[in-house]
Amino acid sequence: MKQLLSLTVILAVFWLVNSGHYTPLLLGLGAISIGLILYLSRRMEHVDGEVEPSIVMSIHLPFYLFWLLVEIIKSNLDVVTRVWKGEAAISPTVFKVKASQKSDVCRVLYANSITMTPGTITLDIDGDTFEVHALSEEGKEGVLTGEMDKRVSKLER
Amino acid sequence: MDIFLNVLSWICLLAGGFLGITGAVGLFRFPDFFTRLHAASVTDTLSTFLIIIGLMLQANSLMMIIKLLLVLLIIAYTSPTSAHSLAKSALHSGLKPFLKDKENQNS
Repeated sequence: MKQLLSLTVILAVFWLVNSGHYTPLLLGLGAISIGLILYLSRRMEHVDGEVEPSIVMSIHLPFYLFWLLVEIIKSNLDVVTRVWKGEAAISPTVFKVKASQKSDVCRVLYANSITMTPGTITLDIDGDTFEVHALSEEGKEGVLTGEMDKRVSKLER
Repeated sequence: MDIFLNVLSWICLLAGGFLGITGAVGLFRFPDFFTRLHAASVTDTLSTFLIIIGLMLQANSLMMIIKLLLVLLIIAYTSPTSAHSLAKSALHSGLKPFLKDKENQNS
């Protein structure tokens, strides 16, 4: 019930922000779409059995996102220089790395963070083992130091 | 103040455009599918961020800034997901990554 209510509020705000027109017709259409989405998401929950809302709630999250942004900028510059230097500057590797997160949400966050920083892509997830493709040895070492892993695990507490 | 915002916005837009072109060049220069994905992720992340920040500085209403933030958020959520699903389906359908140290074995 609580989840249904929060979803309604989020959808209503999303509609109001995106529409910008506050005539009865458009507000009515908004109400109908929200009702439809609520109905569909309830049906989907019956299917996949996920009841809890999958949101990471932690005071560390803003700090993590800021750190991730800095990492993204750094690795962007790295990949950009490799692009302009050409094929000689890259040494693609594939390796496995263990994820220490307990919850699925945080594991997804970690896998997505790896993919989002240019130079590393999560190829496959098998339980707590990620298969990662890196553009260079430096990128591989960056993931293997486990700093990102530790920072994501911190979000679970 | 206006001039300052304009200059800052154009710096962001031009840097973002340059990164976008770099990503495209990388698509042509890199040897195989997986390495090309890395080049494309430059366009997905910093290039998009910079262009949207540049556009935010040009926006003249709060509503526009909020909408641009939403665009940024949606791109930030969807691009790693699609990159991962592309890479995963390529791997599962049997595409072997090009590896530097085993060059002879793969070719």
